[in-house]
Amino acid sequence: MRRFLMIMVTLIAVSMIIFIMARVTGDPRVLLLDENASQEQWERMGEELGLDKPYYHQYGLFMKDVLRGNFGESIKLQEPVMTAIAGRIWPTVQLGGGAFLLALVVGIPLGVLSAVMRGTAVDQLGRVIAMVGQAAPSFWLGIMFMFFFAVKLGWVPPSGREGWNSIILPMVTLAWGGFLAGSLRLMRSAMLDVMDSEYIKLAKAKGVSTRSLIWKHAFRNALIPPLTLAGVSMPAILTGSITTELVFAWPGMGQLAIQALYTSDYPLLQGLTIVFTLGYVGVALAVDVLYAYIDPRIRFA
Amino acid sequence: MAESTDLTLPRRPWERIFRAIVYGRLTKAILGRRRPVLIIPVIVLTAVVVAGITAPWIAPHHPTRGDLRDRLVPPVWGGEQISLKVVVEGQLDIGAGHRQITLDDARKIQEDAVVGGELGIVTRAGGSTKYLLGTDHLGRDILTRIIYGARISLIMAVLTLLVGGSIGVTAGLVAGWYGGWIDELVMRTVDIILALPIILIALVLVVSLGSSFQLIIVILAIAIWPLFSRVTRGEVLRVKDMDYVALARVAGASTLRLMFVHILPGVTNSVIVVATLLVGVIILLEAALSFLGAGVPSPTPAWGSMLAEGRDRIAVAWWISALPGIAIFLTVLSLNLFGDWLRDALDPKLRHLE
Repeated sequence: MRRFLMIMVTLIAVSMIIFIMARVTGDPRVLLLDENASQEQWERMGEELGLDKPYYHQYGLFMKDVLRGNFGESIKLQEPVMTAIAGRIWPTVQLGGGAFLLALVVGIPLGVLSAVMRGTAVDQLGRVIAMVGQAAPSFWLGIMFMFFFAVKLGWVPPSGREGWNSIILPMVTLAWGGFLAGSLRLMRSAMLDVMDSEYIKLAKAKGVSTRSLIWKHAFRNALIPPLTLAGVSMPAILTGSITTELVFAWPGMGQLAIQALYTSDYPLLQGLTIVFTLGYVGVALAVDVLYAYIDPRIRFA
Repeated sequence: MAESTDLTLPRRPWERIFRAIVYGRLTKAILGRRRPVLIIPVIVLTAVVVAGITAPWIAPHHPTRGDLRDRLVPPVWGGEQISLKVVVEGQLDIGAGHRQITLDDARKIQEDAVVGGELGIVTRAGGSTKYLLGTDHLGRDILTRIIYGARISLIMAVLTLLVGGSIGVTAGLVAGWYGGWIDELVMRTVDIILALPIILIALVLVVSLGSSFQLIIVILAIAIWPLFSRVTRGEVLRVKDMDYVALARVAGASTLRLMFVHILPGVTNSVIVVATLLVGVIILLEAALSFLGAGVPSPTPAWGSMLAEGRDRIAVAWWISALPGIAIFLTVLSLNLFGDWLRDALDPKLRHLE
């Protein structure tokens, strides 16, 4: 319940920030009307947009539109913002979700192995992967992947979203530059902590097999920190998807945001910001639910 | 009384670093007895700082004016002779000494390029010592621009740390010291800011206000101050119940004095560690913004925008993107390694900051 309240407060705060930015940064009519619009047109537009009302009233109108999914007209695309965004949601979800899963599927087992085989080549490999992921800009990784695997070797298409293999490079880029490093390092340290605990020693003393010890006794308990990170990493992944989509010309919301930037399409960017925020607030909630499933103590808290 | 309080004062970070040098901890660590790997990060960081400060004197060429006759010169070691044959996705048999590029890429170089045809002049015969790291599509020296890029990154990092750090530390101090609803307010604000899509908000701001140096600093500062606040608050909670604080209070110190003279030094260790680790975050964020075209206005040579300029030309001139990326990667990697070491040296309790 507290979490839910927190999320509502975040959403309201974001909407207020966007509203304030929209009002502080200038009269929207400057963008919507051309220079030789008459005074009369100017005022009619003002009334339509509710600019003659007090600010709290304007915010109310703004929220009403937002809740209806009405973000106004895109300036350059000549269509409602919501229509423009709707077609772009799925590619971004596909890419972001794929990268997220890839990061978990690679990061968590590798983290466990790094902890169990501490100091070996596997551990070193994990360290290098994590360090590269943390220090290299993901868009640079993306461009380099494109150079080697698409341009030089020709294994996959360099950009676009055609054919099943076009998602591979952007997905790997986003996963590696995003959340892989964090999940790997956290999984490793959580696993080391758990392996050091009393109940694991007891299980070991009882003669539980190594495999069962690692995967049944330790793994599930060590999973909590990386999962927490997964929840808070969503902003990073979605932000990373903007640069990744630009690199690989992936036709998602990130690419749309860049187009909006280049054409100064304010309403479109505003709509995208709200949709993005909604997106990862939603994911944060989903992770919370998953969390409760894994750790029963949280369910009753 | 005063002497006894001094004994419990946490040692100041500079004093610690100084003692570490004198008693050999730092020297040993850097020279390789303790953690040999540290010497490389220290060299890289020193090089970046020196390059950034002395850019106008050491850069071999002009950062923004290029020689158009020397376009797309490869780095000095990349001296292979290549001619390009235009094919679409490898459907044509290409002979030895040829390299395939797509029609789109070819058209960027020569407008009337056709499938199957060869391009006139595309790449120079090889690198020259005139341009150690090659040149970009406007004939500008990459090395020069990387050096100037270091300058931009440094200025950004320092200013952002000053602005974001002072806001964040003050907020953290106040939250930790007063507790109650003030604490709740500050920490919830921190949560909200950390949940914002900061890059998108930056784009919105750039569209409405126009991109400028000051705006980027403000955006970066907004993005990082919450992290300072979290750490500072945590440390204040740990320090504020210590005896020396109570003694200072009994001695009649004012709240301001307690906060800034007694508490602040106790939390500086953590703040320094966080600041070191956050410089990397700032550099990456700034690079992402300039990569997207929302950073420092061009033609100022920021690492991120150099990368962006090379993106479309990756098939013919990999070095334009690859080299600034390596600069970012090495700098951030060194900062992370150095920050990790600093954390272990100053304050092992901060391990959780990983």
